[in-house]
Order: sequence, then structure tokens, then C-alpha cells
Amino acid sequence: MEILKRASAGTMESSDAYVEIEPGNGSIDITLESVVLKQFGDDICHTIQEVLAEQGVTSANVRVIDRGALECVLRARVETAVTRGKGDA
Amino acid sequence: MSKLVNSVREAVALAGLKDGMTVSFHHHLRNGDFVLNMVMDEIAKQGIKDLTVNASSLFDVHAPLLNHIQNKVVTGLAADYISAGLGRAISQGILDKPVQFRTHGGRPKDIATGKTPIDVAFIAAPAADAMGNCSGKYGKSACGSLGYAYADAMYAKKVVVITDNLVAYPLQDWSISESYVDYVVQVEAIGDPKGIVSGTTQITRDPVGLIMASHAAKVIEASGLLKDGFSFQTGAGGASLAAAKFLKDIMLAKNIKGSFGLGGITGYMVDMLQAGCFQSLLDVQCFDLKAVESLRTDPRHQEISAMHYAAPGERSAVVDNLDVVILGATEIDTNFNVNVHTDSNGVIMGGSGGHSDTAAGAKLSMIIAPMFRARLPIVTNQVTCISTPGKDIDVLVTQGGIAVNPAKVELRQRLLEAGLPVVDIHELKEKTERITGVPRKLPHGERVVAEVIGRNGDLQDQIYSIR
Amino acid sequence: MRRSMLFLPGNNPNMLINGNCLGADAVIFDLEDAVSPDEKDAARILVRNTMRYMDFRGCEIIVRINSIDTPYWKKDIDAILPYRPGLILLPKTGSAADVLEADAYLSQVEEALGLEKNTVGLMPLIETALGVENAFLIASATKRVKALFLGAEDLTADLQCKRTKEGREIEYARTRLVMAARAAGVEVYDTPFTDVNDDEGIVMDAAFAKSLGFSGKASISPRHVEVINRVFSPTLAEIDYAYEVMEAITRAKQQGKGAIALHGKMIDAPIVMRAQRTIAMAEELGLGREEEV
Repeated sequence: MEILKRASAGTMESSDAYVEIEPGNGSIDITLESVVLKQFGDDICHTIQEVLAEQGVTSANVRVIDRGALECVLRARVETAVTRGKGDA
Repeated sequence: MSKLVNSVREAVALAGLKDGMTVSFHHHLRNGDFVLNMVMDEIAKQGIKDLTVNASSLFDVHAPLLNHIQNKVVTGLAADYISAGLGRAISQGILDKPVQFRTHGGRPKDIATGKTPIDVAFIAAPAADAMGNCSGKYGKSACGSLGYAYADAMYAKKVVVITDNLVAYPLQDWSISESYVDYVVQVEAIGDPKGIVSGTTQITRDPVGLIMASHAAKVIEASGLLKDGFSFQTGAGGASLAAAKFLKDIMLAKNIKGSFGLGGITGYMVDMLQAGCFQSLLDVQCFDLKAVESLRTDPRHQEISAMHYAAPGERSAVVDNLDVVILGATEIDTNFNVNVHTDSNGVIMGGSGGHSDTAAGAKLSMIIAPMFRARLPIVTNQVTCISTPGKDIDVLVTQGGIAVNPAKVELRQRLLEAGLPVVDIHELKEKTERITGVPRKLPHGERVVAEVIGRNGDLQDQIYSIR
Repeated sequence: MRRSMLFLPGNNPNMLINGNCLGADAVIFDLEDAVSPDEKDAARILVRNTMRYMDFRGCEIIVRINSIDTPYWKKDIDAILPYRPGLILLPKTGSAADVLEADAYLSQVEEALGLEKNTVGLMPLIETALGVENAFLIASATKRVKALFLGAEDLTADLQCKRTKEGREIEYARTRLVMAARAAGVEVYDTPFTDVNDDEGIVMDAAFAKSLGFSGKASISPRHVEVINRVFSPTLAEIDYAYEVMEAITRAKQQGKGAIALHGKMIDAPIVMRAQRTIAMAEELGLGREEEV
């Protein structure tokens, strides 16, 4: 099932991440801002891609503003945005 | 007779300031300070170049200094602490010469011995008379103690007092006496009271801060040092203040009469004095209005100079008799070296201040820090910058466990017997990395942008530019 | 052992990820009142992930799900049951029928997950007048019920009275709940003390709850956890007495005596059981005397 509408999840608070998702043009496009970009940027992108794959999303524009979220938090926020974007939240 | 001159411009001219000289400033007005910018703007207007600024600390309010650096008015900086706003520009390499970082004790010592001579000291004074007797305790810009300004006043070739509260001679209860002062300038305002001292410093509500504070108080209780005659210093951070509160509760419950509280003083330390936890407070800097009020009215609350506070060397300083100090860290490595100069990206955002001095002097020097901040573990293999060497750090308190320096065998045993959650620092690092993941080690730039000078006067570490 | 149970808001990452460091015997991840309706999905996923990825050894996780009159509670159970919460706190439980409805769904999900029935215990939250009056029926409705939990904030609203620090208005509810829970053979936990800055009030309130027979107490502030733990831990005198009781029993058995006295007082079965409980708790906490006798 694909992203049908624009949706967001999470907050800009420290230790959280804010995720926006919208229907894509046939591929996954990730824009990432993070306070730990240099230390964890690759890990964060990998985590986002993994959650999207688990959720069966193959086309979406994703924007993440990471405020130092742990992986389990980041996963939760991406998953929440995806379920909201699918319209089955 | 009067030393009053009409303007900063006139004082600068009379003091004979020329290209290549060193000017100095204290930081008691903190982020509310107008004086450094006021003076440096005037100096720039007069076309003087190639100056070194030796300030006890620099804050974001001093951002105009960056223009003077770009215009080569200022080509050298020395400070004990530089906040993030200026620190970022320095880390990006705005200065050709490396910044010299000292400690609050090292700075006055080097001024006194002539290692870092000052040509003209500009002393912001919340109250002064026309002969230059001055104090921080009175006036609309009151900041309390003027502890960091003493060495500048005593050893600079020329001393200019700048005040917004000129009182009749003689000012009563002065801190710095006229015998050191050459010129006095009256200005409309030396600072913004809102930025000088906090109204009240609040105890943290952050649960992690509270649990660390609770551990910290128990570590002190178990250390064997908490008995009559106890002496103590803590910072103004949320968790440190909470630790002071919990410590006060323990001292009152056990009826322990301490000797003195030291350092930058907050209302919480004043509360402890008033509750009978200490005989006196020795105050090099006031952090809030309650501390200023207490310094003004309570004879047990005494102002001390930075030299008296923390200077290293053969003659004594108060830190040499300190039992316990609570300190912070942005990073600590498995050898207990602590970084308080840069953030984890290597950007300058602080400095030792009294960190190294108190850590070296205190019988128990404790770091309070969360296991991780914004996913970055506090414990690393190697700190970005050694601000305080690990040999002077005894214990690290986090929410996930308490790591004791392996050299402190007895302390470790005491904490274990008290049932405290003691962990090996390597285990703590691994435990944290299981939660956060392992951060990628950042490469640093090519250039040295700052030198950290240790208490013994030697180069302790270098800070590199950021990429 | 649940001396202290700390409520943590279910959609606050910083609180959840540090929950195991705050000194509480148990944390209650709250999906109900602490979460606004439009964030129920986010909190549910966040709480589930915290349970899935974080190591909470040494700190039990309890989840307060949404009440059974909402569209959320079954989704809450679906999400968290695979990660085996210590207990599920069921808000606004008013009757045995409420318990049975939750129990039926829990059993269904347990079966689907291949878990044994009653793997996950239920703790009804009694916070209405009806719930208080039905307390024993609720506590004994099914084997899944492991404890009762008093919620005084909502209860006082239902009673149309003011919640006070002294708590006279909830005394009946407190004693009634303790009675019902003990009659049904389950544990019983007291409502939080809500003034975070009253360091003396919390001690009094916790001590009073313990004196009534509560097994532990909830908290909304980490600052209260340590006090609650202390109040609900056995004192050294209690531990010493418990050991004396057990020694007297051993001696009596060796001597073939039936009736046993200690300090001039008869020791009967309830006293022995209490001594055993005290010793077990002391051992778990590493308190009291070493095995020297």
C-alpha cells in the first residue's frame, strides 16, 4: 500500500524526530536534517529506508528533522507518519 | 582630585593604548555586558590595530568582537571560557593566532607573574567613586563579586574603571581600591541587568537530572568526606543545583556543620549557608540575585579574588582545601579526561573556567553528566579536547551508573558498600552505545585554533579547526 | 515487588527511554490520559518500540491502555502484547463485566501469539464510585486480575468532592480497595500524591497508604520514587523480627512443640507468612542481616 496523502509525526523536542511524508514519484526521496548528522547520518538514513521497506512503501518523499532520537524512537516516528500517510491511522 | 575622565575615548587615549598591546576585561556582567563592546568599538574608531584581548570569559553578547577580528583590530584572544556564538567562528578559523585558554586560577597567576602582561585593563563596575574605589554589590547593574577583576586591577599597567553608578567619595565597602586605578569613566549603562544575573535559578524538573543529582548526593554521603568541616562547590547547572538541594537535606538530617561553600555562588548555596550547612561562602562570582543580596548583607558571605579562589603554585588557594566539587562535561573518556571546551562536533562552546582548578584541588571531584545527550554518548575512547586531565577526576555520575576512577580504590569500595550502582567506565560506555549506537569519529581540520594551557602553565591540548 | 510505580507519558521519547534509570520498581507507560486523541497512534507505536528495543531489566513495564469504551484499547493490546508487559492497567474499570470483556480479548490475542492464557496480568484501575463499590467483584472476576489500583483524581471528580492533600475524601475508597483486594488474594496499589514539591506530604501520604495495607504506591514524579521505595521497604527492625520469628519456628519444630511464643506473644500462621514475605523482600533488596545464625 502506498502513501496517499501528506502526513507528519513526531516533534522537534530533544531526543525526538519530526517526520513528514508525502506521495512520491516512483522512488524514495529522503531529506535529512540532524543534530548528529556527522556521527549518525548514514545510520539514520538506513533506519528510515528499513522502516519504509517494512511498511511496503516504495514511493514517497520523506523529510526528517532529527533532534537526536534513538533508533527506536526514529523508527516509531517514521512508522507513525507512514500509517498516517496511508490513511489507515 | 578626581580621576574622572569624560569618555571611554579619552580614557583610551590617556592610557596610551597603541598597536600590538593587550587589553583586558572581566566577565561578571556575563551575557548582559556592554563594556567590552563599548570599549572595543571606541578602540576600533581610533584606528588602533593588532590588539590582544585577554578576557576572563567571552559570551554571545560579545559577538561584535568578530568584526574587530576580521578588521585586524584584534589579532589575539585569551580567555577561560568562550560561549558557542563566538566559539563557532573561532573553530571555523577566524583568527590567525590560536586562542589561549587558561583556567580561572591560571589566568590571574600568569597576569601576576608577567607571563601575560596587560597594558590596559577596563573594569566594568556597578558602583564606583571618582577615585576608582569600586564594587559589584551596588547599583542597577549589580553583579555581586568582582573576583575575576582583581588581578587585572592589580597588575595592568593602566586601569580604567567604567561605571554607571558614580557615588560620592569614598565608596563604602569597596572591593577594588583606588590605589590600583588610573581613570574612571561614567557611562549611562554598563550592562543589561537581565543578562547579568538570573532572577532565580530553578531546580531541574528533568527526571534524568534529578536521578543523577540524587546519586551525586549519595556519593558525597558515602565518600566519608561529609562530616563537620565539610567544604563544597557546585555549578549552576540544573542537576548540580538539585544535587546541592539533596545534599542540604542530608546535611540537615544528620546535623552536619560544614565549613565553607565555594565558587560561583547561587541562591541554593545561600540557602545552605542560612540553614547552617556552612560557616561561610567564599564567592568569586554571583550567579543570581539571591547571591548578590547575600554578599551585600551577610558578613559570612565573602568575596574572593580569582587568585585566592584557584591560583596554582606554591602559595595556597581555597581550592586546595576543598573537599567536594561537582562539575559538568560534554565528553569524558575511559581515562577520565574531561572535555568542557568543545561540543562533540569539535566546536568551541565553553572552557575550563574553574573546572581544572577545582578538580585538581578537591579531595573528591565528581562529574555529573547524562549517559547520552541527543544520541551522543558522554563516554568516549578519547575526548576531543582534554580540558581537565583524568588524574584529577575521581568519579562520573550518570543516570545509568557511577564510574569510579580506578586509582580511587577506597572510594569505589565505599560506594559499593553504600549500595550505589558502581560500574566500570568501559562497561558504562558499552551500555550506552547499546542504546545509542556507536557514533562515527569525526576527522578534525588542519589548523590549531586554540591552545588549552593547563594549570601548570604547560600546553595541555590543542583544539583544531572544524571541517 | 512493586513498591513504586512511576507514570511516564506515552508520547514523550525522552521520558520513556530513560524510564529504567529513574529508580522505580515499575514504570507505567501511559497511553491514556497523558496522550491526546490525535497522538494515540504515535504513542502506541513509540511505547511498543521502547518495549521492543530498550533493555528494561530490573524495571517492570506496565502499560495503561485506553479504556474499553474507546476505539483505541484493542489496538493498544495488539501492539504491546507481543512484548509482554508485566501488567496491563485498565482504566475506568467499573464492574466485573468490564474485566471480563478485557480478559476475553487478551485471551484471544494471547492465543493468536501462541502465549499461554493469563501470561499478561491485568490491574483494574478503580477510579469511579461504581468501581469502588464493585471492588471485590472486580478483583475476583478472573484469575488474570493480579492487583487493584486506586485512581483518586478521577474518583473525587466522580464523587463531586475536592481532592485534598490530607485525603479524607478517599479514605473509604482506600480501605475498601485494600479489603477487596486482600479478600480476593491480589495486590493493591495506591494513587499518586500529586504535589511534586511537597517533600513532607509525600512521606506522610505514602506511610499512611502502607499502614492501610497497600503493597505500593504510584507516582507522577521521579522525585517521589525514592521516598515511596523507602516507605514500602521493610525496616531493619521488621527484618530482624521476621528472622526471629523464623528462628523461633525452627526451634519449636526441633523441640516438637506445637504452640510457639516470641517475646510473650503467640506466633500463628499469618505472622509466619508475613515474616516470610518480609524476608523475601529484604533478600530481594539486599537489606538486613547476613546469614550468621
